[in-house]
Amino acid sequence: MSIEMAMMGKASADDRPATTCDDVECVMARPASMTDKLMHYCPGCTHGIIHRLVGEMIDEFGLLDHTVGVCPVGCSVFAYEYFQCDAIEASHGRAPAVATAVKRTDSSRFVFTYQGDGDLASIGMAETIHAAARGERITIFFVNNGIYGMTGGQMAPTSLIGQKTTTSPSGRIAETTGMPIGVCELLSSLKGVAYLARVPISSPKNINTARKYMRKAIRAQLENKGLGLVEFLSTCPVQWAMSPIAAMKHIDNTVIKTFPPGVFVDRVDPVDATSTPMPAVAHTGAEA
Amino acid sequence: MSATLEHPGAKNVAAESEPRGTEQVAGTKRLVKGNEALALGAVHGGLEAFFGYPITPQNEIPEILSGLLPSLGRVFLQAESEVASINMVYGASAAGHRTMTSSSSPGISLMMEGLSYIAGARLPCVIINVMRGGPGLGNIAPSQADYFQACKGGGHGDFHSLVLAPWNVQEMFELPALAFDLADRYRTPVFILADAVLGSMLEPAVVPDQIPPLRKVSKEWATVGRGRRAVKNVVNSLYLDPEVLSAHNETLQSTYREARREIRYDTRFTDDAEILLVAFGIAARVGLSAVRLLRKQGMRIGLLRPITLFPFPSDAIKHLAKQVRQTFVFELNSGQMVEDVRLAVNGISPVDFYGRMGGVLPGPEELAEQIRSRIGRGDSL
Amino acid sequence: MERLDIDVRRCKGCGLCVEFCPKHCLELGDGMNAIGYHPAELHKPEACTSCSLCAEVCPEAGIRVFRKKKGKP
Ligand SMILES: Cc1ncc(C[n+]2csc(CCOP(=O)(O)OP(=O)(O)O)c2C)c(N)n1
Ligand code: SF4
Ligand code: SF4
Ligand code: SF4
Ligand SMILES: [Mg+2]
Repeated sequence: MSIEMAMMGKASADDRPATTCDDVECVMARPASMTDKLMHYCPGCTHGIIHRLVGEMIDEFGLLDHTVGVCPVGCSVFAYEYFQCDAIEASHGRAPAVATAVKRTDSSRFVFTYQGDGDLASIGMAETIHAAARGERITIFFVNNGIYGMTGGQMAPTSLIGQKTTTSPSGRIAETTGMPIGVCELLSSLKGVAYLARVPISSPKNINTARKYMRKAIRAQLENKGLGLVEFLSTCPVQWAMSPIAAMKHIDNTVIKTFPPGVFVDRVDPVDATSTPMPAVAHTGAEA
Repeated sequence: MSATLEHPGAKNVAAESEPRGTEQVAGTKRLVKGNEALALGAVHGGLEAFFGYPITPQNEIPEILSGLLPSLGRVFLQAESEVASINMVYGASAAGHRTMTSSSSPGISLMMEGLSYIAGARLPCVIINVMRGGPGLGNIAPSQADYFQACKGGGHGDFHSLVLAPWNVQEMFELPALAFDLADRYRTPVFILADAVLGSMLEPAVVPDQIPPLRKVSKEWATVGRGRRAVKNVVNSLYLDPEVLSAHNETLQSTYREARREIRYDTRFTDDAEILLVAFGIAARVGLSAVRLLRKQGMRIGLLRPITLFPFPSDAIKHLAKQVRQTFVFELNSGQMVEDVRLAVNGISPVDFYGRMGGVLPGPEELAEQIRSRIGRGDSL
Repeated sequence: MERLDIDVRRCKGCGLCVEFCPKHCLELGDGMNAIGYHPAELHKPEACTSCSLCAEVCPEAGIRVFRKKKGKP
């Protein structure tokens, strides 16, 4: 897959032969900003869907040539293998700090992070909150599957009350482990956040909503308004011990009760005068 | 002296006074504080992005850089913690920039995971540790107790940083630029180990009047954004296949072996020495004064001061160990560099150690007395 | 010309496309691919409307969808 192809709008990262009939058009294909590599995720895991959406966005905005992706430890530890853009593997939880520096040293870069819930909301909470508070011009794709997928299904700060995990075998108990952390609720008070939304990855309709949210979270960065974050309510069929379909239904029936979807902050297209963007941070001219 | 480099013009200058300035550098000689020299030296050395978190006794460094760097269109950011600082350094370095953090002992401890990632991903950067007394919160007095941490890797996995140890304000100004050059040449983190006294010491030093313009070092591996590049770049330290990781480890080790050509040290009064004193940083300042005292009393003693602590000037020490009757090591810790001295000497002649901990900086008389009273007592540690 | 091109090499037989096809034209086949899964197949091609919902939910980004260009017979 050549970079030129990637930049030609309708191109695809699919190495299978394209159709030759001229009365037929392709309406959906693997995004050009993805590589052809087979992903390592478990069958039905929605990490793959979110990857495709990220690839689509890089294509749609024509960002491939100046994108730097930051992918920390978690099930998505190999995400850099699936995208055509330059990428940095970050240590567990520190992607917002890494991304901050990549963006600050050259504001013409498009910088995104792709983080799990253990990563963003537990070990990396300080980096998350401070990047948001500073209004870093970065875009965070936050994959909340309510569990530590990679390490074998331990309790996450986002695990639901009653959820059985390998470290809460009889179900999460609020008395000893507290209540699940709502990242969007928590971050919504910070003025550096320009866009904040939560969307379940549970149906084609919701996936399309995710697309809309992602566009805005990307525009938050491109239009220099502040930090953009989309929280995806994602499945982990394997650690939840559910079929992929049951896992999606579980999101719609149960997970959204703890994590209500919707737009929490929108300073990209402000509806009223109070939601004006935070002043731009003094980005560098180090490249100049 | 085999493959080692001498510190320019410093060898066996018996009559020399206290540490010299470098008169060859065009600039103004003025009183400069150690921490200020580190900050200015880094900027003159091409520092593009600084990330740090306040901690005594190095606060002048971020304080100076917070004004200076933005005025030059470069990046200063006070991070939320040292964990964030070192990961910001990781990001800025991955993106191809000369980047640095500075801290003191407890903050450096907090950076160790990030440092290991930096070393694993072969990223260049500079880390300043203005050491203070430990362990734990310890105190803010001078110490050299982080020698092991800096020189032996410090974080997890098989890795090293290169380590430079200044002993006066002039070197505090000069070593950051060298550190950046070495970091880029070997793609490793480079430490500058200073201490609370060096950091707050006011001394004359020559600082060039003009800050040189940034010189872009080309880094074909950097994740700057793909642009027209045919392949994407990935900065990473993950190698699941043991054979592949093993090969990567080999690459790192061969880098450290290659870096041995950068070994730097300073010798004083060693030509006729029968007794050798080895000390670095502020301890070498006390050491040189003690050597002078003892020389006045007729003892033929010389000083070797490692400037690179890693790679360590083992060959130079081994060479002198054959000449002298006994080697003394003096450090502001319980005996850390002495282990490397013993490995270098390897039993050729006895090695003795004197150290003070907890931030105590003994005077030259105390050190001279220790050396005098231990002559001939041999290996007593 | 099929309207759908399922990449059998990367299909993990998760069944999400089967579940979300509004026309029920997909099913998991009997065959096994190189990575050990039963890839989805289009068993009612005539019913497919090229709506792309199957491709939308495919976690492997492995479904290409085609449709007749408008204005052509
Ligand atoms: C410092 C550190 N602590 C712990 C780990 C082990 N670890 C790797 S991924 C992970 C949790 C991943 O969970 P999450 O971020 O929710 O991602 P998911 O796998 O669920 O997508 C942990 C604890 C690590 N790599 N580094
Ligand atoms: S463990 Fe869970 S989150 Fe990780 S790949 Fe498997 S299903 Fe996805
Ligand atoms: S394109 Fe629509 S109708 Fe055709 S198989 Fe896919 S989901 Fe079914
Ligand atoms: S959704 Fe994709 S991976 Fe899952 S069965 Fe259908 S084609 Fe296969
Ligand atoms: Mg998770």
